[in-house]
Amino acid sequence: MRYIPNSPEEREEMLAEVGLSHAKELFNSIPANLQLNRELKITEPLSEIEVIAAMEAMAAKNSAATKPSFLGAGVYAHYSPTIVDHLLQRSEFFTSYTPYQPEISQGTLQYIFEFQTLVCQLTGMEVANASMYDGSTAMAEAYLMAQRVTRRDKIVVATSVHPEYREVAKTYTQHGAADIVEVAFNEKTGRLDDLSALDDKTAALVVQSPNFFGCIEDLQALADAAHAVGALLVVVVTEAISFGLLKSPGECGADIVVGEGQSWGIPMSFGGPHVGIFATQEKYVRNMPGRLCGIAYDKNGNRGFVLTLSTREQHIRREKATSNICTNQGLIALAATIYMEAMGKKGLQEVAEQNAQKAAYAKKAIADINGFSVPFSSPTFNEFVVSGPKPATEILEAVCEKGVVGGLALSKYYGGHDNDFLVCVTETNTRPQIDSLIDSLKTA
Amino acid sequence: MSIKKVTSHPTQNEGLIFERSQTGRIGYRLPKLDVEETNIDEILPAELRRNDGLEGVPEVSEVDVVRHFTRMSTWNYSIDLGMYPLGSCTMKYNSRLNEKVARIAGFAGLHPLAPEEESQGALELIYKLQEDLAEITGLPGVSLQPAAGAQGEMTGVMLIRAFLDARDGEASKDRRVMLIPESAHGTNPASAALAGFTVKAIRATADGLTDMDHLRALCDEGGVAGVMFTNPNTVGIFEKDIKTICETIHAAGGLVYMDGANMNALVGIARPGDMGVDVIHLNLHKTFSTPHGGGGPGCGPCLCSAELAAFLPTPRIVSEHLAEGGVRYRLDYDAPDSIGRVKAFYGNFGMMVRALSYIYTHGKDGLKEATETAVLNARYVSKKLEETYDKPYASDCMHEAIFSHKNQSKRGIVTLDIAKRLIDYGFHPPTVYFPLVVEGAMLIEPTESVGRADLDAFIQAMIDIDREATENPDLVHDAPHSTRIGRLDEASAARKPVLRWRPDTEASATGA
Repeated sequence: MRYIPNSPEEREEMLAEVGLSHAKELFNSIPANLQLNRELKITEPLSEIEVIAAMEAMAAKNSAATKPSFLGAGVYAHYSPTIVDHLLQRSEFFTSYTPYQPEISQGTLQYIFEFQTLVCQLTGMEVANASMYDGSTAMAEAYLMAQRVTRRDKIVVATSVHPEYREVAKTYTQHGAADIVEVAFNEKTGRLDDLSALDDKTAALVVQSPNFFGCIEDLQALADAAHAVGALLVVVVTEAISFGLLKSPGECGADIVVGEGQSWGIPMSFGGPHVGIFATQEKYVRNMPGRLCGIAYDKNGNRGFVLTLSTREQHIRREKATSNICTNQGLIALAATIYMEAMGKKGLQEVAEQNAQKAAYAKKAIADINGFSVPFSSPTFNEFVVSGPKPATEILEAVCEKGVVGGLALSKYYGGHDNDFLVCVTETNTRPQIDSLIDSLKTA
Repeated sequence: MSIKKVTSHPTQNEGLIFERSQTGRIGYRLPKLDVEETNIDEILPAELRRNDGLEGVPEVSEVDVVRHFTRMSTWNYSIDLGMYPLGSCTMKYNSRLNEKVARIAGFAGLHPLAPEEESQGALELIYKLQEDLAEITGLPGVSLQPAAGAQGEMTGVMLIRAFLDARDGEASKDRRVMLIPESAHGTNPASAALAGFTVKAIRATADGLTDMDHLRALCDEGGVAGVMFTNPNTVGIFEKDIKTICETIHAAGGLVYMDGANMNALVGIARPGDMGVDVIHLNLHKTFSTPHGGGGPGCGPCLCSAELAAFLPTPRIVSEHLAEGGVRYRLDYDAPDSIGRVKAFYGNFGMMVRALSYIYTHGKDGLKEATETAVLNARYVSKKLEETYDKPYASDCMHEAIFSHKNQSKRGIVTLDIAKRLIDYGFHPPTVYFPLVVEGAMLIEPTESVGRADLDAFIQAMIDIDREATENPDLVHDAPHSTRIGRLDEASAARKPVLRWRPDTEASATGA
């Protein structure tokens, strides 16, 4: 096996040194009747050429990956500067682990500190952690944290929050005291405006903005309503590019901001690995889940970085920890950090503006097609719902036959919206692609 | 010309990116907007737009970014530099081939909500990996959805909870105790708590094994939902009574969860399913070599017996034989007894591609050879150091060797000092102070990715440090001496945490 550095002779010598004559004896502590004593039913070893061929053959069956696509719904096709993937493949980054030994992990620790800072700047919050698994689990952790902070159980969540996120949060909280109340959005505006479920038992109001339908919520009003009953406002963001243009959740009064950082230069990769973001106010820091990196000094006054406030975490607090998370999404947080720094202030603004402009162009053109309309009146960023003249699945199938993945039929997640589908337009969609979507919708 | 000291070398002294920022620097270019521009107020009213100009976000050139990260990277130790014997973390070689295949456009560029017919290759890959992992563990039910080990654990104990609730109905509420060895990873009790269990600790014997009398006594106390244990356990010893442990728990009406963190000692040799285990998680970033990436991403598949399979997360990936021949893969959401979804979409798919590439490259013989080598390497270290360092348990170790600082602490040198001094010898320290049951623990897991010459050098370094502990204790105390930064004051950092940069953040005191 070419990944094993010992020759057969070295192996024999080492076995002899530990007093054994055969590798089988290494496993003498495993009772014989529990040993497999047969070969695994697994392939013979393959050469690099064969592995690549096998993988290429499977990848080739993913025909959607090479078509112009207008899918969003929590995972977005964005441009990623070449240096992002190059730098994260530095051995020193991708073949290291959790920075348990700060003296030889300063590279990792410093970028985590920069990641935390950038997340704070973009979300408008005071503290952010070193990452969660993804947006959905970050939201689940926000439920649990809001309950700890307020000592209340009720979570009021809008049904315009990503359906899979709500499912995950339900799984996480099913054995706790959580009382989850789902509230419907306004079918005209696409926004949440019915806040009658909020009361003095409510730990958090949870909304997504832009929401699953692309509509931008009135966060300030929602924050005021939540705070009026002593609840926290949890804002979920699945499209991190929107931070470049939209008023930050922090400025609108959010207490916890969670979301998905995939848009920051991370490949879609069939849904993962991506990176969850988690930010809050400083006063809640000791209730946060996940790792935190902070500044520390050595005895000569040199500035460095360490993992800190770890008494919240499972390796110290065990069953009383703020979360069970250990391994997070470190390398993806690195990719996101490189992305945000390479794009910089101006790039993050420009890419957000291009998304909004291109989506606006597509939205207007599609709304002008006979039989099609845009059902929700609220402003949108780069995603919007389209209502067609017949079931959306049929429309999208017809569009797909013309070589375009036209969007997502809402019927996958929502009843009563059979003719509706979600269209996402990013900076990677060229005008000819958008026009071909429009043309194929006309004849769908 | 005088030579400046190392610390003022720019590559050693890279500041935060925010300190490098210069107004007007640009590190990107996008194509020109190719659609007619709409007045922004028509798209988004001003009150919804941010007006802080993204204050604080850096402005740097592409070259600045490349140098920034390249310089910082040189401050990290990594597997590619040398032995990284972090016990329980399985820091094995991360092959470049795996990286290459994960980046094939048909995988990396695939949207998770693309039509199933147009994602058949990705579903096929998941399905094939499921089958291989089921064969390796001897457990037929599989979900690759969990994002990392801790989430795999949570999924596993939630399966147990769901099974008990279905079996016992109302009476299940009296069965809420999860037994966990005191030597377990902290994630075990933390995950058990999420499934609504309370934790009781199982003691270990002087040999480092589960105390069977204590286990039986705990079962007799009643209310036992199950046990979460690690095998080989966290001191690196195979629980030879595993079958009896499983039978005892089953007789008490509970189920057995195995933490698969140490599966690198078993692949191709023995299977948890054959031992009586009901549910296990694996760490693809440990046993199956997906990169640890400075702290993730991981992938924590959950595997279980046929009995528990009905409760696995949704969607499942299933295959159907088509009447016209061939196989079609499908996402199956129809699972009314499922614990629910634990992560959006289907898990960390990119890690699954890498893991399958690892399995293909090794093949059945290679997987076994890797296991044998991993155990041999640890046994070799254990043997070579047993005269110098205190070995708390006499039993033969599996894939990791444990020592304590007992012999050195008498001379005022503790585990932390030994760990830091190892850095000066060019090695990453082992896992230290874990498990908690061994005072001053040093848990050494060489993995199969270390050759004899490197092992000998590591062993010699450990022996030299022991000698230094007598001859020159200050040298060990003040280690490391070879890094660009010394031991950091972690206590002060936690007292007054500074968790983000602000314009008034004090710059590095070293100065350029």
